[in-house]
Amino acid sequence: MNSENHQLLLRLGDDALILSQRLSEWCGHGPALEEDIALSNIALDLLGQARSFLTLAGAREGLNRTEDDLAYLRSDREFRNALLVELPNGHFGDTIMRQFLFDQFALLRYECLAAQRFDLDVAAISAKALKETKYHAEHSAKWVIRLGDGTDESHEKIQESLNTLWVYTGELFEPDTVTSYCTNNGLISDPDQLKSQWLESINLVLEEATLSLPSSEWMQCGGRNGIHTEHLSYLLAEMQVLQHKYPGAKW
Amino acid sequence: MVQEMDLLKRFDAYIDSDQKIEAKDWMPDAYRKTLIRQISQHAHSEIIGMLPEGNWITRAPSLQRKAILLAKVQDEAGHGLYLYSAAETLGVNREELLDALHKGKAKYSSIFNYPTLTWADMGAIGWLVDGAAIMNQVPLCKCSYGPYARAMVRVCKEESFHQRQGFQIMLNLCNGTKEQKEMAQDALNRWWWPSLMMFGPNDESSMHSAQSMKWKIKRFSNDELRQRFVDMSVPQAELLGLTIPDEQLKWNEATGHYDFGPIDWSEFEAVVSGNGPCNRERLATRVKAHENGEWVRAAAAAHAAKVAKRKSLKTDAA
Ligand SMILES: [Fe+2]
Ligand SMILES: [Fe+2]
Repeated sequence: MNSENHQLLLRLGDDALILSQRLSEWCGHGPALEEDIALSNIALDLLGQARSFLTLAGAREGLNRTEDDLAYLRSDREFRNALLVELPNGHFGDTIMRQFLFDQFALLRYECLAAQRFDLDVAAISAKALKETKYHAEHSAKWVIRLGDGTDESHEKIQESLNTLWVYTGELFEPDTVTSYCTNNGLISDPDQLKSQWLESINLVLEEATLSLPSSEWMQCGGRNGIHTEHLSYLLAEMQVLQHKYPGAKW
Repeated sequence: MVQEMDLLKRFDAYIDSDQKIEAKDWMPDAYRKTLIRQISQHAHSEIIGMLPEGNWITRAPSLQRKAILLAKVQDEAGHGLYLYSAAETLGVNREELLDALHKGKAKYSSIFNYPTLTWADMGAIGWLVDGAAIMNQVPLCKCSYGPYARAMVRVCKEESFHQRQGFQIMLNLCNGTKEQKEMAQDALNRWWWPSLMMFGPNDESSMHSAQSMKWKIKRFSNDELRQRFVDMSVPQAELLGLTIPDEQLKWNEATGHYDFGPIDWSEFEAVVSGNGPCNRERLATRVKAHENGEWVRAAAAAHAAKVAKRKSLKTDAA
């Protein structure tokens, strides 16, 4: 398979894997039992998506790498997830806002990927992922509304989360050779179109939540090329600890 | 007074004929109190129990094991939910039960006050701790209080998966490298005795047992269940090629059971009364999660109130 296809699979797999890893940090620490369950559920779905995409990436590249090789034996410079998903959890509002911004993007991306007929394996994984993502997007949107509309304190907090995370959203729609490959082959709509759809859907929710869109135009990119924030290396050090300590062991 | 006597008679007759007591039925105060204590302790154990295993989710050594562990810990949260709901049928609410937990007034299973030091502890907990929990919980599916019994049916369905995944972790370690096998043995050494303590004090010193048996909340004595657990676990340890850390453990032809050495009840007492390796940390973690969530719960409540108000304004206008 060509390298753009490989890059696409890594982006899909790594976005899901790293976000799942972050969400799983919440397990046992959520604001209520119901949220412990909901966040673990979402983490589990994302983990399943990651496993499917990474397995496919490994199978296609012809190097005999498994999902675990790709997850546990790559360095942060080799990961291709968006910066947004690797950011630390912060408080519940930060986590929810990160999830909301990503879910709305993932929804559009999976809608395209599930409908195309250029890459049937990807279409099949995406169709399942789309169903899951609809539920995730509903969950995060509801919470954005609750927190935005709830108390003065929650309103202030979630607005602040949006302001902080905003600069990481541009990367989701950054055009490059991989997005051109996707557009040219009908895999995913072109980034500009995707972005305007995304803006439209997040605006609906933000309006109901009485939150305002930050005005900052500058956007932080780099994740798609392996230039991450300082946080990813720590996340991976924790995630990969046993694989590094006991190379080759089976678990 | 006469009426109360009649009610008590009817209650006793229900219990004797193995019919379920339901939330709206009359029940003696002591029965209600015992149930509230037991069910809430059980619920607290489920949610505190998420912490020692939650400790390894981010470090699980393969994606498959990560998914299984995450699903398992999520189940425990679900068990907490079912059980708090069952307790609520008795006229208490989750908030006050949690408050008692956070203030150190309510107990939970002491096993969760031990640290999870290696990946093998995920195996040992699933195998032994969930295994012991199943022993304790299967009889509860037939307990006299309907809502509790039904909650336990749902819980028990999931517990056998928990035990299997734990045993599988142990099996993989025992079939692995020398270091992995040592890790498994070390975990067994540390979790064996605390697991035996999960069944509670010996029958002669068990405070609540006799009355609970009479009420059919409890169906078997602590020692009976503990013996069953030992009998079940010994061949499993053999299958793994691990040694149970008890020099007095021996098959007894005459009784048809394994004899085992004395339990260190001073350790049990110490951990129950707050002096285990992780008591303070576990509780502090729960309290912190609850406190950090305060503004979130307040926001959800405020939003729900606003929505309700807007709705009622709309209906008024219409
Ligand atoms: Fe459980
Ligand atoms: Fe369990």
